[in-house]
Amino acid sequence: MMQRLLFLLPVAVFAVIAGYFLLGLAPDRDPSSVPTAMIDKPTPSFDLPAVPGLETPGLATADLASGEVVMVNFFASWCVPCRAEHAFLTDLAARSGVPLYGINHRDKPEDAVAWLAELGNPYRRIGADAGRAAVEWGVTGVPETFIIDGAGRIRYHHRGPLVPDVIGREVEPLLSALRP
Amino acid sequence: MIDRLRRHLLAVAAVLLASAVTPSLAVEPDEILDDPALEQRARDLSAEIRCVVCQNESIDSSNAEIAREVRLLVRERLVAGDSDQQVLDYLVARYGDFVLLRPPMKPETYLLWFGPLVVLLLGIAAIFVYFRGQRAAPALPPPLSEEEEARLARLLADEAAPKERRDSE
Repeated sequence: MMQRLLFLLPVAVFAVIAGYFLLGLAPDRDPSSVPTAMIDKPTPSFDLPAVPGLETPGLATADLASGEVVMVNFFASWCVPCRAEHAFLTDLAARSGVPLYGINHRDKPEDAVAWLAELGNPYRRIGADAGRAAVEWGVTGVPETFIIDGAGRIRYHHRGPLVPDVIGREVEPLLSALRP
Repeated sequence: MIDRLRRHLLAVAAVLLASAVTPSLAVEPDEILDDPALEQRARDLSAEIRCVVCQNESIDSSNAEIAREVRLLVRERLVAGDSDQQVLDYLVARYGDFVLLRPPMKPETYLLWFGPLVVLLLGIAAIFVYFRGQRAAPALPPPLSEEEEARLARLLADEAAPKERRDSE
């Protein structure tokens, strides 16, 4: 009997390996996604000047500790997915009334100004980041978006564009949970 | 003619050798610290830190912008007096263990660290059980009974005269 069971061993090994292959092929698995370590952490300390040529003021840690829920979005004029998410982000900020702050990442000021003039500026404040703030925030690229609660803790971190699917599935439920 | 050819070959060999020996460096001259001891620490540390957008490259060998930014940050922290571990902790706090090329030893990674050893031990155990099972098995089957002996003799007799048997069927 034991001997018979032993013959099943290769089948079991195959099943385990096949299981891992199947997981690897899962349609919603993104092998290039980087896990986040920022959830539930306080907002990093940073102090960014305004983008030259823009009337929107700069952004610092203190601006985020206003006692209300805010969103922080890393963007750049050279970033195509940022362009893609811009209309959705603008709409989300207008609809929800949640203050949207921007961090302009590794951008030429004149490009950023032109980009915002073309697409509209939904940001209350925009900080110009030469790269260090992105590391402080655990950002790997643009666009990335954070939601910070009234106590100044990061409650949500999304890498990549905020498309309607993500907004409806993750952002809006969280916003309504954070703002009773 | 031959001499020139030899010189060319030598030059090619020298270039190949040089490119094989020199590691691909991404560190730019303006990043290098004045203190050689501190710079060496920064280099050693950089080799342990993953460039988060390149997945499997250290920041020491990556040309990505973010890799450069983290290299600069590592050097700044070292100059400020951080220990190697403090620098790594600083990055882990922002990017998680993912940023370390060598996974840390902790309960979540025990399977990763000890898995191969467990598989090896299982294999050794399996071999042991297999060979012990063989030894425990009786070396010789029990002798034939009288009845079996008679049947064997009959069968052997049949085999000696196959034609007859076929005919009788």
